[in-house]
Amino acid sequence: MADVTFTVDGKKLTAAAGTLLIEACRKAGIEIPAFCYYPGLSLQAACRMCVVRQEKVGKLQTACTTTVAEGQVFITESEEIAQARKATIQMLLGNHPLDCPVCDAGGECEVQDMTFKYGAGESLYAEAKQHREEQQWSPAVYFDRPRCILCYRCVRMCGEGMDVWALGIQNRGVTSVIAPNEGDHLDCEQCGMCIDVCPVGALTSGSYRYKTRPWEMTHVSTVCTHCGDGCKVTLGIRQSNDGSEIVRADNRDKGGINGDFLCAKGRFGFDFVESPDRLNTPLVRNTQGKLEPATWEHALTTAANKLKEIRDNRGGSAIGVIGSNRTTNEENYLLQKFARTVLGTNNIDHQRTADYAAFARALAGQSGKTAGLRDIGAAPAILLVGGDPTQEHPLLAWALRTDVRLNRARIYVANARNIKLERQAKAVLHLTADGYHNLAATLDAGSNDFSKAVLAEESLVVVLGPECPGTAIESLVAWGLKRANVKFALLGDHTNSRGAADMGLFPDLLPGYIPVSTPAAFAEYPGLQAGAGKTLPEMLIAAGANQLDALLIVGADPVATTRMASESLKNTFVIVQDLFLTETAALADVVFPAASLYEKSGTVTNAFGDVQLVKKAADRAGVKSDFEILVRLANAMGIEVKSLVPFSKRGTSADLGQTRGAQAGEADRSAVWLTANNLEPRLSPFDPLAILDEIARLVPGYELDRMNLYAGNDVRTELGATPGFVPVSALHNSSLIAPAHDTLFTSGTLGQYSSALHELEEHQKNDVATTAAD
Amino acid sequence: MPRLVSHPDEVKIVSRRFGMGAANIDRYIELGGYAAAKKCLEQGPDWVINEMKTSNLRGRGGAGFPAGMKWSFVPKQSAKPKYVLVNGDESEPGTCKDHLIFLHDPHAVIEGTIIAGLAIGAKLGFIYLRGEYRYLIEIVEKAVADAYLKGYLGKNIFGTETEFQIITQTGAGAYEVGEESALMESLEGKRGVPRIKPPFPAVVGLYGGPTVINNAETIATVPHVIDMGGEAYAAVGSARNGGTRLFGVSGHVERPGVYELPMGYNLKKIVYEVAGGVRGGRKLKAVVPGGSSTPVLLPEEIETLGMDFDQVGKAGSMLGSGGVVVIDDQTCMVEFALRTISFYQHESCGWCIPCREGTDWLKKSLTRFHAGFGEAKDIDNIQYLAENMLGRTFCPLGDAAAMPTIAFVKKFRKEFEDHLNGKPCPYAKHTEMAVI
Amino acid sequence: MSPNSETMSIFSPRLAARLDALVQKYPVKRSALIPMLLYAQDEIGYLSDAVIAAVADRIGITELEVRNVATYYSMLRFKPAGKFNIQVCTNISCMLRGAYDLYERFQDELGIGHKGVTSDGVFSLEEVECIGACCWAPAIQVNYDFLDELNPDSVPEILSKYRSAAKSAGEASHA
Ligand SMILES: Cc1cc2nc3c(=O)[nH]c(=O)nc-3n(C[C@H](O)[C@H](O)[C@H](O)COP(=O)(O)O)c2cc1C
Ligand code: SF4
Ligand code: FES
Repeated sequence: MADVTFTVDGKKLTAAAGTLLIEACRKAGIEIPAFCYYPGLSLQAACRMCVVRQEKVGKLQTACTTTVAEGQVFITESEEIAQARKATIQMLLGNHPLDCPVCDAGGECEVQDMTFKYGAGESLYAEAKQHREEQQWSPAVYFDRPRCILCYRCVRMCGEGMDVWALGIQNRGVTSVIAPNEGDHLDCEQCGMCIDVCPVGALTSGSYRYKTRPWEMTHVSTVCTHCGDGCKVTLGIRQSNDGSEIVRADNRDKGGINGDFLCAKGRFGFDFVESPDRLNTPLVRNTQGKLEPATWEHALTTAANKLKEIRDNRGGSAIGVIGSNRTTNEENYLLQKFARTVLGTNNIDHQRTADYAAFARALAGQSGKTAGLRDIGAAPAILLVGGDPTQEHPLLAWALRTDVRLNRARIYVANARNIKLERQAKAVLHLTADGYHNLAATLDAGSNDFSKAVLAEESLVVVLGPECPGTAIESLVAWGLKRANVKFALLGDHTNSRGAADMGLFPDLLPGYIPVSTPAAFAEYPGLQAGAGKTLPEMLIAAGANQLDALLIVGADPVATTRMASESLKNTFVIVQDLFLTETAALADVVFPAASLYEKSGTVTNAFGDVQLVKKAADRAGVKSDFEILVRLANAMGIEVKSLVPFSKRGTSADLGQTRGAQAGEADRSAVWLTANNLEPRLSPFDPLAILDEIARLVPGYELDRMNLYAGNDVRTELGATPGFVPVSALHNSSLIAPAHDTLFTSGTLGQYSSALHELEEHQKNDVATTAAD
Repeated sequence: MPRLVSHPDEVKIVSRRFGMGAANIDRYIELGGYAAAKKCLEQGPDWVINEMKTSNLRGRGGAGFPAGMKWSFVPKQSAKPKYVLVNGDESEPGTCKDHLIFLHDPHAVIEGTIIAGLAIGAKLGFIYLRGEYRYLIEIVEKAVADAYLKGYLGKNIFGTETEFQIITQTGAGAYEVGEESALMESLEGKRGVPRIKPPFPAVVGLYGGPTVINNAETIATVPHVIDMGGEAYAAVGSARNGGTRLFGVSGHVERPGVYELPMGYNLKKIVYEVAGGVRGGRKLKAVVPGGSSTPVLLPEEIETLGMDFDQVGKAGSMLGSGGVVVIDDQTCMVEFALRTISFYQHESCGWCIPCREGTDWLKKSLTRFHAGFGEAKDIDNIQYLAENMLGRTFCPLGDAAAMPTIAFVKKFRKEFEDHLNGKPCPYAKHTEMAVI
Repeated sequence: MSPNSETMSIFSPRLAARLDALVQKYPVKRSALIPMLLYAQDEIGYLSDAVIAAVADRIGITELEVRNVATYYSMLRFKPAGKFNIQVCTNISCMLRGAYDLYERFQDELGIGHKGVTSDGVFSLEEVECIGACCWAPAIQVNYDFLDELNPDSVPEILSKYRSAAKSAGEASHA
């Protein structure tokens, strides 16, 4: 719409005609108070806090419903307006408990702030306030009725935002009350969004309530460790006896790709970090065959010596490496570099949750063809092939729903399952389980209404579920590439599945999907093997056949995920880096206690290629980041650490715990590159950003926008970004792909150690059970 | 059974057929019914709207908006169907006129609805009655069924190509649902919470289609306007206030009842002549001129007051729904204020803060005050609360509670003061309040 | 609900047919909600959980939505009332003409208060807002019957009339 000019408090402002005054003012830095207004949700005009004076209009107007038009004149602060707001607060406070000192929201309460601002401190009423007992609606959600100011944000967030509709408004007048769908409890997704939008302490979180005062926390914005969407999450940290403790997770920083959104896992599922089962000391198998606590020194030497011995005697091909879907890009990159240059093997893989190799191949040589989450959230039309975003990619589901609601986007669902997003879909095509192969042909034929509608779209984002086999990915991408304005995304399942693939945790592909046979820039890797290594299943088979002498496993639990016989690893020296004593770790010879994503820094790439900065939030005594463990392991093997991690300026030395002479080599190349790119050299070999420099230098598509990345913004990486570069994976084989199919309350191994998620899952299970029995 | 009354000063137009068995369709036709609808079918929408504008018929629901003008706001072309809605929610205390229309002359409502439909190009009309009026709904439903049988409703009404249907609807107990947009919500099966305006119903109303909503009396008057001609109808009333109005006179009068008087008729005469004066020869203390939401008037304020929208407005009150409530000198105004505000507290939909909380605090303060536990500052507080609700609420219900309260405190401050210092209410024996 | 909910209807065949017709009546199905609730209450006596579930099912909305709406309207109730629900208007016009005395008399005669139910279940009492009978004050409604221009002395007669109605209805249903 055309821009219009209007005046607010004497300032001339410009905004698109029809913009809500409250939004136009906020953009211009004029804050208008509001309890009920919430951007993106339906308008209520119920709290009457946003009243402003419009020239030539009799009554005060609500800024939340007034749309701007040419020549209007508004006043947003005056004695009259302040009085109106003060009186509204006074009426509200008549019944609202003034228990701020013991209220969970004290210090973070919009009513408190407004009372402070408009000064409605004294009570006009002699009557007693009504007290009502607090209610627990679920393990996650508590409701304190007298504190509720009936802004209806929770109701709208749950219904309009989440499409769950579990909250209602009952009774009328002063007895009006927010009510959960099951009478005294909630049957819902337990996302906690209602708590998030509550401006007061009426809805509080089971995991956070009464633990701390808001001002006792420091807030660290990082990335959620659970699914492949990569929500930005703010962790509230408090100092504790053994370091620091995460007391809350929320999304107070609404600038992330997730905007307002966070799901149950992101919000409540951080408690695995505090699990009593966390490993906090290295373990080494003793002569009696039992794992026992050991010093880092001892564990590192044991592992290093064994690896060195096997490499030197049997060659690198006798060693296998399995990486993780949850470790950072820097760690993944370092791991494959360690495998290829230190261990001298291409036997490296990870538990693939989606066929990114096929995706990259299909997109080879294309640029600007992958869609980030922000692209999807603004796309006019989306073809969703497979996947169940509501369960497996809650943020994607949110983005799609929001896109439909606010932008009238059209969603086309082609799926072998029935998924909830069909409720938002313009058209649905039910496929057979292997129907994904033919979908491109079906679309081209245009013989059904679904295809016709899809073909009529001028611009489209095709989102491929993890169950799409490589052949389907290739045919659908080829189909889309024939058309203009089509972008793609492929859904992988964990925080950094995409990063693991991008960083070359493949036996045949280097970082950036570059074949090991034609290593391009990676030719600089010393001792790089040209032949493909073993895939994950091949490694396990080889181990079972006594053909693999050592296995280094980082953040993965193949024994559990592949249901392999534990016997198979009997004759293999197994080194595991993990948070917990997983089934695999229990069989290991050396176990290193690893830090979680919330205890380290680096970057991760979500399923959509949005790269975000991971910031260290909590501290846990005894653990080390996988990055540091690998560097120390390499060091213990006698490797010149600088050749692995290009840290430090030329000629300076850094402290590794033991001093070593600095040598030229990778660090030099790095220093030249850093200078050319106006970047500071890294002074520590444990600084993952030191290797990010190398990633940026060598990996196609990872020339990241550093300024924005470091500022906490998401930045894009592209698949197939380098024109003319054609990756070929000889080992691309759909049997290697195992989607995790996590639900709203599961998250692989981490989920198993989250009691919050367990409780929520139980609550939902019991609820469904009792409802069904009714 | 509601008693019918009459007085020589009455000009019976809307009430012309009351007590004549006109709920029977044949009787209604005999008495000249459905001729207006036929005429409108012949003359077309523009003519109808023109007659309506000329008639100066102003909405009888409370706000007094000119009906013809309201109809003319409906866009001629619309992608969505248009609707006519008859507001028979009649819940404003002091008001019971629509009650009689539905009872004695339901076909007038049906005929008026048909005409409104023709005027705006709607094919469907709804008659919404408050749930308590179940026996009246049955009467209206029967009348609607009869009109279908006669072919006055249906696909081809009166044998023409024109379609018009009517659906009756029941409420279930909610004053706020009388507010036009809340009524639409209720009719859509939702909570009776009003809608944000704009858009106004004439543009986006029921089911999102352009909708004309009028009070039942307004609609029942329409056939008479057509029969008489707009000009003749206008001539009956006062300036810019066409025709007559059904005034429901209740409270302390000798002959309470619903009287049809020309617009502009003097209020004092209504009290002392038409309704027979204050009951038992007592003295008049105050008059609520147009339903409980209209500010109370003192005896000296009604002397020369003509009962039309403009004159009552000038006197600082409102003509409202025409419910004249007469209060004698034995009445405690604090108790009266309390009973008034209890109603609005009970009926507030609860959507917006000033109305929801304001009415509740007014009720609480007045309850305590009337029970003799008031403090001097309470009087100011009550006024402060009401003044701070006024004009600040989401819909006019907040104003409807605030306006009379302000008037009570301002005009009867002395009576409020008489309740102070633990003194029991000087008038009422019912000090403990009802707890609705 | 199960697919054969029709056959297990908690409503009488007559009411079920009426509700079936209701959902067909409007341009939008949901418009049938409030009448449905009221008619169901007329038959069952109140909106039990089963009624709410059945209505939700018929309209195709959640039970929560039904409750959101039902709790808004003051004529709808969630507990049984007496066979005859006596609703005494005490709003201004009635109050001016003695409604409080009338209400008190009902309380005394019945021995119950606001929203109370007599132990035999025949009567319940409610103080209500204006029922649109101001000019014939004081007025009451017994279920849907309007009784107007009453005074406290009318109370015993009203009660005995309805009491015998309850009795003959009871005998009829036993016969
Ligand atoms: C709180 C409130 C209650 C109302 N109740 C009624 C009512 O019961 N009957 C009615 O006709 N109008 C009522 N109105 C007025 C309607 O909103 C609307 O103005 C009217 O139905 C329009 O018809 P008219 O123009 O013919 O008067 C009410 C308004 C408000 C704000
Ligand atoms: S003023 Fe507000 S709370 Fe009151 S009835 Fe209107 S919208 Fe509802
Ligand atoms: S923000 Fe406008 S009324 Fe609440």
